[in-house]
Amino acid sequence: MSNKTKANNEWPLFEVFIRSKNGLEHRHAGSLHAADASMAIENARDVYTRRQEGVSIWVVESKHIAASNPESSEALFDPAEDKVYRHPTFYELPIELKHI
Amino acid sequence: MENIHYLEEQFQARIDKGERIEPRDWMPEKYRKTHIRQISQHAHSEIVGMLPEGNWITRAPSLRRKVGLLAKVQDEAGHGLYLYSAAETLGISRDEMTMQLLTGKAKYSSIFNYPTLSWADIGAIGWLVDGAAIINQVMLTRTSYGPYARAMVRICKEESFHQRQGYEIMLTLCKGSEAQKAMAQDALNRFWWPSLMMFGPRDEDSPNTAQSVKWKIKRQTNDELRQRFVDITAPQADYLGITIPDPDLKWNEERGHYDFGKIDWEEFWQVVKGNGPCNKERIAARTDAWEEGKWVREAALAYAAKQAQAVEVKQAV
Ligand SMILES: [Fe+2]
Ligand SMILES: [Fe+2]
Repeated sequence: MSNKTKANNEWPLFEVFIRSKNGLEHRHAGSLHAADASMAIENARDVYTRRQEGVSIWVVESKHIAASNPESSEALFDPAEDKVYRHPTFYELPIELKHI
Repeated sequence: MENIHYLEEQFQARIDKGERIEPRDWMPEKYRKTHIRQISQHAHSEIVGMLPEGNWITRAPSLRRKVGLLAKVQDEAGHGLYLYSAAETLGISRDEMTMQLLTGKAKYSSIFNYPTLSWADIGAIGWLVDGAAIINQVMLTRTSYGPYARAMVRICKEESFHQRQGYEIMLTLCKGSEAQKAMAQDALNRFWWPSLMMFGPRDEDSPNTAQSVKWKIKRQTNDELRQRFVDITAPQADYLGITIPDPDLKWNEERGHYDFGKIDWEEFWQVVKGNGPCNKERIAARTDAWEEGKWVREAALAYAAKQAQAVEVKQAV
């Protein structure tokens, strides 16, 4: 990631996302180095879709991905913990009621 | 100091709970270093491992065999890539890993320092070497470092064809002429012991095992994995009708395992130290590939820069 050691003249790193079939979302498959985006797509095809694992490929240079910091995980994600009223089971309805 | 101690305890608690560690999570420096070493060595093994098999692609005995072997070797390149990427998430660059391989600072599996002398060796490698790798890799799909475990899941899905490809070659040779069967036996003779060595030193000689188990990098010890390999493989050799070159190999009813003979650890350490039959040849081949590919890497970068510039100009106009 950011604190890379001695990379002389490396091709940039790309993250690869593959849609396995139409109707499904693209999912992160892995990463690879390429000189540019079109080479990244060609390389991704060769390494990640050799057995028909995909019908569509996205690539994005890794440096463009902003990520949340694990150290702020509590601040970010814990507040959702006590919001039970966001779930359907919070609301008490008689069982004989149908389709709701 | 106090603080580090606290962080380490919390880290261990997460591991004990079976949580996975992800790249940006806090981790002890030794955990990071151990992983960089282990994952990059694993990656190097995949890459160097292409060389002994690549040796036979142009001489495969049929088109069926050729496409199978070619696809397998291509898979191994992919495995190397998955693993290099996993190691890169820990803050080491691809170039530095390459340099560590070429300068001998990083090791790779010593099995790939043995030559492939006959076509049967391709069968033996798929059957035994990929077989041994699978046992290790299946364990590693549950390793504690997320990117490593995910790479292993992907790799394991691809490996089983490798082993079946190899065993089919052995089976065909063993059902063939006397000379062909002898060729299969000879390959087994040469690859059996080095395959057992693939699991690494005996538990009592591998001081890092305890820490690796504690961090759930490994979930089984070298000796446990080796025993599993012998138990699985011995009946497969029987089925082929060829003999594993170990007079002490015998089913032990009481233990529920095969007993087997002593491994020549002196040979193992000699090969690790660089004195195996093909160590120099392997590194020379990797060095040539790196040096002769230099102009390609540079040209691709220059082309990409020019293309980017052209786009910028177009947008400005
Ligand atoms: Fe592999
Ligand atoms: Fe393999």
